[in-house]
Amino acid sequence: MPVQKTNRRHTISVWVDNIPGVLSRVTGLFSGRGFNIESLCVAETMDPEVSRITLVTSGDEQIIEQIIKQLRKLINTVKVVDLSELDHVEREMALVTVKAEDKSRAEVLRIADIFRCRVVDVSPTTYTLEITGTHEKLQAVLGLLKGHGILDIVRSGSLAIQRAKKD
Amino acid sequence: MKMTGAQIILECLKREGVKHIFGYPGGAVIDIYDELTRTPEIKHYLVRHEQAAVHAADGYARASDKVGVALVTSGPGATNTVTGIASAYMDSIPIVVFTGQVPTHLIGNDAFQEVDIVGITRPCTKHNYLVTDIRQLARTIHEAFYIARSGRPGPVLVDLPKNIQQASIVPEFPTEIKIKSYNPTIQANPRQVKRALDLILEAKQPVLYTGGGIIHANASQELLKFAEALQIPVTSTLMGLGGFPGIHPLWMGMLGMHGTYCANMAVANSDVLIAIGARFDDRVTGRLDAFAPNAKIIHIDIDPSSISKNVVVHIPIVGDCKNALHQLNNLIQKLPPRDWAQERQEWLARIKEWDRKHPLKYKKSKDVIKPQFVVEKLWEITGGDAYITTEVGQNQMWAAQFFKFKEARHFMTSGGLGAMGYGFPAAMGVQVAKPDATVIDIAGDGSILMNIQELTTVVENNLPVKIAILNNAYLGMVRQWQQLMYERRYSQTDLSAQPDFVKLAEAFGAVGLRATKPEEVEPVIRKAMEIKRPVVMDFVVDREECVMPMVPPGKATHEMLLA
Repeated sequence: MPVQKTNRRHTISVWVDNIPGVLSRVTGLFSGRGFNIESLCVAETMDPEVSRITLVTSGDEQIIEQIIKQLRKLINTVKVVDLSELDHVEREMALVTVKAEDKSRAEVLRIADIFRCRVVDVSPTTYTLEITGTHEKLQAVLGLLKGHGILDIVRSGSLAIQRAKKD
Repeated sequence: MKMTGAQIILECLKREGVKHIFGYPGGAVIDIYDELTRTPEIKHYLVRHEQAAVHAADGYARASDKVGVALVTSGPGATNTVTGIASAYMDSIPIVVFTGQVPTHLIGNDAFQEVDIVGITRPCTKHNYLVTDIRQLARTIHEAFYIARSGRPGPVLVDLPKNIQQASIVPEFPTEIKIKSYNPTIQANPRQVKRALDLILEAKQPVLYTGGGIIHANASQELLKFAEALQIPVTSTLMGLGGFPGIHPLWMGMLGMHGTYCANMAVANSDVLIAIGARFDDRVTGRLDAFAPNAKIIHIDIDPSSISKNVVVHIPIVGDCKNALHQLNNLIQKLPPRDWAQERQEWLARIKEWDRKHPLKYKKSKDVIKPQFVVEKLWEITGGDAYITTEVGQNQMWAAQFFKFKEARHFMTSGGLGAMGYGFPAAMGVQVAKPDATVIDIAGDGSILMNIQELTTVVENNLPVKIAILNNAYLGMVRQWQQLMYERRYSQTDLSAQPDFVKLAEAFGAVGLRATKPEEVEPVIRKAMEIKRPVVMDFVVDREECVMPMVPPGKATHEMLLA
């Protein structure tokens, strides 16, 4: 059977028991089997006994199939969904402190405004911005801000959720 | 009534029907050992190294179809179990390993004999637990047994801090275990089974390639019925030996790196390959793109992650092997009769011809003992009814090739991990499970030294295990690779500095026998079989004998080196 060998980025949601050691089982599985994790977010769901992990990985069809099967095989895994196969919304967030002195102060604010960033901290020489959006949007904003001098940055991994059925 | 943690642990074992455990005490499990003195229902076998406790539990589980149990202390006691656990994990053997742990308030403090064994064994257990709340103790232990034996079986470790063993509560013992996130698929999808059968019915050159799953699922009878009904030739992996009778006309022998010529040729020429409870290991497939290149592949396995892992499968069937075979057999019964013997005549004749051309063979000798000859004699003299364990390397392959296993659960070997030192303690476990059976560890002179201390255990408990050392004074399989692929540079594989195994056996209080000439082999085996005590047989064999045939690593299975 022909195997599709092209690598694709996949965003996978994993619901797991919210108990100590589970995250280590998940990440250990990736490192132990040579799979790659591009980003990972995890927090409790509405049910405090269950955590939801959003992880972004890449690989060809066969590798992604293995990743999903291996995740499902963990005793503490409740459910695994490959969101990339479904209609879904994906967001990342970054907090970034940008140099903003004299003439560049207005320009940084303008960029922030265009991309609907929020200013969350101000100093005489810097702005700290909160940027939310898709992976591509974050790349675009950061590209523009880079020219002004990024002093500090922290980024989340992707969060993703399936779109609700419209009818 | 209030019970201590230690009492709860032993009560859980009793409720699980555990009669025998293998272990070694220490400070962190002293309370459990104390409670053991008041638990006559459970017999404890004191090993002399914790690795042996786990291998013994593994051998016990394979022979008895029950969960094997090992009990060790914290720190080094726990780390010594890792090889045994990893071996059981690779071979899907149901065992539960209990480790002591420092009291919960000391965890993380680098306390004496503290080690994060749950962290260490996370990648080589099916699941593991650290119990930090005595109210969870009973449930955790029952879950551990349930997980170990259900689905694709495997080892489960339960780490027991000392203060949990000492605390007391009024326990609640669960009557039923349900884990919402763990529901192995047992029932094979009937539509997939039907699709598979349709494909099989069209096949001209089908082959059954079976593995350890047949043994775990106790599916030998169903396999035999299926193979006979459609006259499909059978080969199996190392782990699957005994799952199909080794003396049956449809049996082709083991496949893979040291498989038979006819089995590998049959797979290479098959048009439909039916894999059941096997996992396309690299030692089986050789070069992947040349493995069964023209075959449509049907894969039946209880573990979805085994399917399409190494080889892309045309018809995947997730489920218990026995269930799937049972469904197939039922469907076959409803088919209009066809003369399968007639239809298969040509294919089976081709296989027979391959076998005639290159059977398993070795050069017989009158002067020097050939290792294969020893295995053949063991088979002959025991009538093939013995339980055989092996160490790892040449001894293991010769046992697999020349002992014609008739029944399932009679062959125990560290197949996946390939752990030297497995065979002897495993034999010990088998003997505990089958006290009246003949149990033989086919060993090498290298491997046997890795757990030789267990001679004390078998002598102490009068477990009449027989050890047959194929003594070539080499680390034989590595030497063979050095001979064939490294121009005979025998780097660190010459083991001629070795103990006198006969005297060694005697020093431990066992019986030692030696054969140095071919005509001594049979008398030594016969004598050993008559002695109802542990016996070490030292067979001084041809030093440079190789295991043949051999698929060199990275080559296709049809590119075998032949004897």
